[in-house]
Amino acid sequence: MNVGIVIFPGSNCDRDAYYAARLVAGITPQFLWHKDTELPADLDCIILPGGFSYGDYLRSGAIARFSPIMRAVRSFADEGGLVLGICNGFQILTEAGLLPGALLRNAHQRFVCRNVTVRVENNATPFTSAYGQGQVLRIPIAHGEGRYYADPETIARLEANRQVVFRYVDADSNPTAESNPNGSLANIAGIINERGNVLGMMPHPERACQALLGSDDGLGVFTSLVHYFAHVSV
Amino acid sequence: MNSHPETTGIELETEIPGSESLALELGLTAEEYARILELLGRVPTYTELGMFSVMWSEHCSYKNSLLLLKTLPRSGGRLLVEAGKENAGLVDLGEGWAVAFKIESHNHPSAVEPYQGAATGVGGILRDIFTMGARPIAALNSLRFGDPSDRRTRYLVNGVVRGIGDYGNSFGVPTVGGEVYFDACYSDNPLVNAMAVGIVRADRVVSATAVGVGNPVMLMGSSTGRDGIHGASLLASRQFDASSADMRPTVQVGDPFAEKLLLEAALELIESGCVVGMQDMGAAGITCSTSEMSAKGGVGMDIDLDRVPLREEDMSAYEILLSESQERMLVVIERGKEQLAERICQKWDVPIVQIGVVTSDGMLRFWRHGQCVACVPADALVVGGGAPVYERQWKEATYLAYKRQFDQAAFEQQYAGRAAATLLLELLARPTIASKRWIYEQYDRHVGTNTIERSCDAAIVRLKEVPGKALALSTDCNSRYVYLDPFVGAMIAVAEAARNCVCAGAQPVAITNCLNFGDPYDPEVYWQFRQAVLGMGQMCRLLDTPVTGGNVSFYNQSQRNAIYPTPTIGMLGIIESLEHITPSGFERSGDVVYLIGWHSDRLDGSELVVMLAGEPLGTAPPFDAEHEVQLQRALLQAIRKRLVRSAHDTAEGGLAVGLAEAAIVGSVGATIELPFPATLGHLFGEAQSRVIVTVAPDDAEQFEREMACAGVPWHRLGTTGGDRLAIEHVGHWSLGELRMVWETALPRLFDTASAVPH
Repeated sequence: MNVGIVIFPGSNCDRDAYYAARLVAGITPQFLWHKDTELPADLDCIILPGGFSYGDYLRSGAIARFSPIMRAVRSFADEGGLVLGICNGFQILTEAGLLPGALLRNAHQRFVCRNVTVRVENNATPFTSAYGQGQVLRIPIAHGEGRYYADPETIARLEANRQVVFRYVDADSNPTAESNPNGSLANIAGIINERGNVLGMMPHPERACQALLGSDDGLGVFTSLVHYFAHVSV
Repeated sequence: MNSHPETTGIELETEIPGSESLALELGLTAEEYARILELLGRVPTYTELGMFSVMWSEHCSYKNSLLLLKTLPRSGGRLLVEAGKENAGLVDLGEGWAVAFKIESHNHPSAVEPYQGAATGVGGILRDIFTMGARPIAALNSLRFGDPSDRRTRYLVNGVVRGIGDYGNSFGVPTVGGEVYFDACYSDNPLVNAMAVGIVRADRVVSATAVGVGNPVMLMGSSTGRDGIHGASLLASRQFDASSADMRPTVQVGDPFAEKLLLEAALELIESGCVVGMQDMGAAGITCSTSEMSAKGGVGMDIDLDRVPLREEDMSAYEILLSESQERMLVVIERGKEQLAERICQKWDVPIVQIGVVTSDGMLRFWRHGQCVACVPADALVVGGGAPVYERQWKEATYLAYKRQFDQAAFEQQYAGRAAATLLLELLARPTIASKRWIYEQYDRHVGTNTIERSCDAAIVRLKEVPGKALALSTDCNSRYVYLDPFVGAMIAVAEAARNCVCAGAQPVAITNCLNFGDPYDPEVYWQFRQAVLGMGQMCRLLDTPVTGGNVSFYNQSQRNAIYPTPTIGMLGIIESLEHITPSGFERSGDVVYLIGWHSDRLDGSELVVMLAGEPLGTAPPFDAEHEVQLQRALLQAIRKRLVRSAHDTAEGGLAVGLAEAAIVGSVGATIELPFPATLGHLFGEAQSRVIVTVAPDDAEQFEREMACAGVPWHRLGTTGGDRLAIEHVGHWSLGELRMVWETALPRLFDTASAVPH
């Protein structure tokens, strides 16, 4: 399967996403440039990687949503293409309206880089099928604006539709206040859109891709994509 | 700009002339002004005098340190360039790859404006790395602050940590390690030393040299503004006084996004083959980069300042030449490849503009509004050329006699009533010893997916380019030891940085240093400096870790006091196989705990003495350089034979704190029986050349044999296991209790950090 990784000028996890994708048999990653207005024809999935897309001095992702490639990304998603936004990518997806809610400044007002544990709340998505339902993953976070926020109706809808895909939990799988690193509502770490083809997550699965980096729990996101395409192409 | 007539000096007559009184105002001395008259053969213009004042400042010229720096071992081993020859040191990794690394201070800007001062310190050192063509893969730092209960200290900590984090996180370099000490001597003058490490193909290294008459000189990156003017000369090269707060406009302002673009554009330019030479613009901006690149290549430059993109139109030549606006590079491009360079920069939205050409006569000529405003031989401005070199007077520091009156027996007697069990907890809560999680979690340490997520005595970064290998990185300097004995203290700083790398499984190969001292015109300060450089050199020679470069920061003192002499060492180690990576904590139960090395019960220079007596006393802790080398060799050999499960050197707080840290970090307890009396000295003394090691029971016999063969003393201390640390005749603690004390000390001090805006 062909995965396109968008390089915004301030992306800094683009090469890491590429590296992790390459570790998974069946994925051919390629870079996409933010100034491009068209996508390669044979693309199966787009990753919006982490970083500080355009410096993010105003608000994370606020400028990226206007970049030339985002119009193409939006059409791709509208046609059912898979889009994965990691960290800054998640912020861009909410700014672009492809996902509901917003990512606010962390409750404690500080950037936080930490190994956290998240629970897979829905393994029936193209991004999580390789995980067990309720499986607890060890994946690092690194962000200053990761506090997920949405109005109560939206949160209720997300929960009812099983659109909350990852939730911060403690080692015993409990979504406690202590295990919530940024003050996200309902300990939300990642959500998917209603149609089930656009996922945003604050933890960095590409950073948890080898045991010597502390964990390889993140690889499942990439293997899930391979499974999904193996399945749909049969 | 080739059409300009040869400068005869006639045009210069329209310029405002310089004078001795102006020279003094700009921080030069009367002798230096006389030297300028002699070098030029005429009175310098106001603009030229400004250029000399920054280039001959302590910060740029190393005029009071150069002679001593030359005594350091500066070549050999794996070094690919001699120290000081390029923007950063370069070490051979094998397989066609090299590591560029360097540490630099940004103390004075950070004292005046902590957020921007620290941020631009990180930005500056990163540029030093990628201007050589190396992609930064790791950043570290070494920080010194005053008493943490002080409101100003909290403001500085908050600003500095946010500045380092915001810049590195956005740029996309992992901040993988560092050290933080707190001591009242740094209250007015904190230290912010930033280190960066990059990787480059050995045959693609770019030199900061201008060659090729007629080659275009281009300025790439941000436009030039009025920030940072005289940062190097008036702020960084004199001590703090009541007017220092007014120096805030001399502090530069950082833009990590612009730096990220500059990085990508610069590396792509280099890859395209159009770059002849490149140098980043830090201190003294255009003046420094044009003069250093020209002098090194034996050429001159004609520069049209009208072509420099400005933030404010009405800037004078003086301001343009001295501006320290960040995120700029000077690039000499191969003639005819200007369009290629422009195309690459356009892709990254990085402005690039030709501002001049390389000329043959060694003269720098600057033009503004059609007038030649400065005409100076490049060589006259730079280190190794016209810049002055001094040897200062020195005199052994008088405070030492008092410090050496320390009577340990009387001290132990005085505090005999204090339970060692309680003292251990108090030491774990000392800000200098306590966990620095509150700080390092504000830095992205994972970006790049090379950081080995394991607690080791050094930070470890694997190399995707050289599979199977990794770098071990450590910054170190216990300045109290240096204060109590500058020669031995500096040796210890080198030894401990190396020991940290060895404990992690690496062979130490080279250092970069950041020498933070007080006023060199004070003979006692200069004596500290001299002793420290000599001690450092001796230890580097013994460990075969040459000095690749670094910087000197003098005038770290306020009206009240000078800082402790702080020669910070940045050590680079190479891990030959990922299997050698060794954690610092107890990770398994049932392992044998050893103390290897030369134990002593002396309390000189220890944290315990500072905690109880309120000041460091005695001399530097016991240290024998030959023993140290012996220990490091034996330990690395044992690690490479896979005999060692964990290794943690005893440092601040001594053996007892070392054991507690190993238990906390590895989440496994231990039962310890000390082979010596549980006195304060044995528990908390900071004798060097000691490492706490754990070994699997099956390997214990062979390990002991190895140590015996190497002539390294060892003591069996006990066994790992359980969720408590128990030290016979001292006490026992649950890991939870120890962790709570160690982890909560900094959050308790800084979570309510002062709300003073940056």
